[in-house]
Amino acid sequence: MSTTKVSSSSRLVSIGETLLKKIKVAILGSGNIGTDLLIKVLRSPFITCSLFIGRNLSSRGMSKAINLGIPVSDRSIDAILNNPDCCDLVFDATSALSHQYHAKVLGDLNKIVIDLTPAKLGHLCIPAINLEECLNYKNVNMVTCGGQASIPLAYVIGQTHEHVEYIEVVSTIASKSAGPATRLNMDEYVETTEKGIMLYSNCKKTKAILNLNPAEPCIDMQTTVYAKVQKPDLVALKNNINDMLKKIQKYVPSYNIVIPPTYENDRIIMSVKVKGLGDYLPSYAGNLDIINCAAISVAEEFAKSNPKSLK
Amino acid sequence: MKKVIISDATLRDGSHAISHKLTKEHIEIYAKAADAAGIPIVEVGHGNGLGASSLQVGLSLLDDIEMLEIARNNLSQSKLGIHVIPGFATIKRDLVRAFEIGVDVVRVASHCTEADITERHISYSREKGKEVYGVLMMSHMASKELLLDEALKMQTYGAEGIIIMDSAGAYLPYDVTERIAYLVAHLKVPVGFHAHNNLGMSIANSIAAIEAGAKIIDASACGFGAGAGNAQLEVLIAVLGKMGYETGIDLYKALDAADLVEEKIMEVLPSIKGISIVSGLAGVFSGFSKHVMRVSKEYNVDPRDVFFELGKRKVVAGQEDMIVEVALQLSNKQNRGAE
Repeated sequence: MSTTKVSSSSRLVSIGETLLKKIKVAILGSGNIGTDLLIKVLRSPFITCSLFIGRNLSSRGMSKAINLGIPVSDRSIDAILNNPDCCDLVFDATSALSHQYHAKVLGDLNKIVIDLTPAKLGHLCIPAINLEECLNYKNVNMVTCGGQASIPLAYVIGQTHEHVEYIEVVSTIASKSAGPATRLNMDEYVETTEKGIMLYSNCKKTKAILNLNPAEPCIDMQTTVYAKVQKPDLVALKNNINDMLKKIQKYVPSYNIVIPPTYENDRIIMSVKVKGLGDYLPSYAGNLDIINCAAISVAEEFAKSNPKSLK
Repeated sequence: MKKVIISDATLRDGSHAISHKLTKEHIEIYAKAADAAGIPIVEVGHGNGLGASSLQVGLSLLDDIEMLEIARNNLSQSKLGIHVIPGFATIKRDLVRAFEIGVDVVRVASHCTEADITERHISYSREKGKEVYGVLMMSHMASKELLLDEALKMQTYGAEGIIIMDSAGAYLPYDVTERIAYLVAHLKVPVGFHAHNNLGMSIANSIAAIEAGAKIIDASACGFGAGAGNAQLEVLIAVLGKMGYETGIDLYKALDAADLVEEKIMEVLPSIKGISIVSGLAGVFSGFSKHVMRVSKEYNVDPRDVFFELGKRKVVAGQEDMIVEVALQLSNKQNRGAE
């Protein structure tokens, strides 16, 4: 009992210290994701953006950062390599291919890396499921945006039922929120999401489907999860899903259920809508907002803990 | 003589009509009959194509590979075709295996405004030496100019023809004439058309397409397809014969094949039920019909209201989960009204 008290009070002290001295983060990648991250970092009481890095000073993201008075560089990863003290933590919002190299360079420099590309080199992180555990790793990967929305629900299905035969997740996103990379990488999205669902739900058979909908005004991201289980327990499932919603809403405020867990046509079905915060990305791009909100929550948690004690 | 290529959708679009429960016997019987009739392309698989067996759209009785193997063993002169929608089917999981079995024709499809998701699947299929078509689904939701932009993308990726689908059966003949003529005038590759019969226009629309320059027409024996069904193949070739078009299909044998479908495969003959008329008017994917009927019954709402609401929300093929959401919301509204 007394040990708990001591540890919790020392934690409070450490939070107090970081409040005085925010940890410095660099954002690598000045595209939509990187720029939206910047706006979110500016709001954070725990982290501060010490360098915003891209490759072209005249890009939209760069101009935005310059206007906000943020230190910028167009030297890509070299900006950190040449000035390692510029930051404690790096968000990588470039591409999976670039991250292969960045991961090595940043690892050698002993930086904490939160990777928003689908490179999957780091420890996979869904904050509502394994935030604490991720603080033990120096490279944390944010899976995919679809994964951030659907995996928590699949996880709860797996936790609530002993025999889950099959889980399927269907996401529909606004066409305008799907950039060229998303469109070219439909197969990778499907494969990564299926693997992520498998990993966190312990269900061997999974399927992911992605639809693009061009309706105007743009639709919010919607994710539906179906499951086949031997003995569905809807009462427990509803309770557990409600608990999970509360956890997710802490970092993604507009993550809302539109079809509560229902048993219909011999299957469990539930559906959520994800509206973005509308920072730099428009609010319909909930699919992109969710991965940024998740990444920020991980960085803040690192800031609150003692980053010196990392593996 | 003017030529038209008939692509047979019976064993693919027809899958929707029996909730994707095509059996080994169904495929054997029909593939043999279609082959004997000299039908150029026979498409086989789940209604939404390769990799689409799912709780969202419906689980297939047989997996994709089994269906294709059975068809392959029963086709000698007809080419074996598949429907592929990126987002459902992936190259590694689905296309590679389908190619091992010996598929001849690959039709890579996307919603009519999203052609750029088809680039990799089209180029991969071309690299593997397949005959490849680009398919724009739900084409009534885009203007002819937008359809052309998307068709041009597919042409650049390597599609050897572009098929526009009237997935909701929403077109009237002049809509078809306008779009097909525009595409024919601006594309290098041949243009095709895929009709649904929601408003009783499938044959008329197919003829309008041909008269506007389409070279490929999709049809199904007995019209066996989603919702009110497709253009009825045996009627189409009879009409085309009368108009002086060459399809290379033996009329008597096509009629025999249609009889087999009626006797051995279909549960009920496709007809234009109220629900299909509403689906056509609302411009909603014909494949939703069976789901809308079931879900509306469960939630005690009018399936026609569900269709019109889905139309308002501009849902695309693949968004079957929206049916439950809409029915739930209508039912909540009704209950509030009752209190």
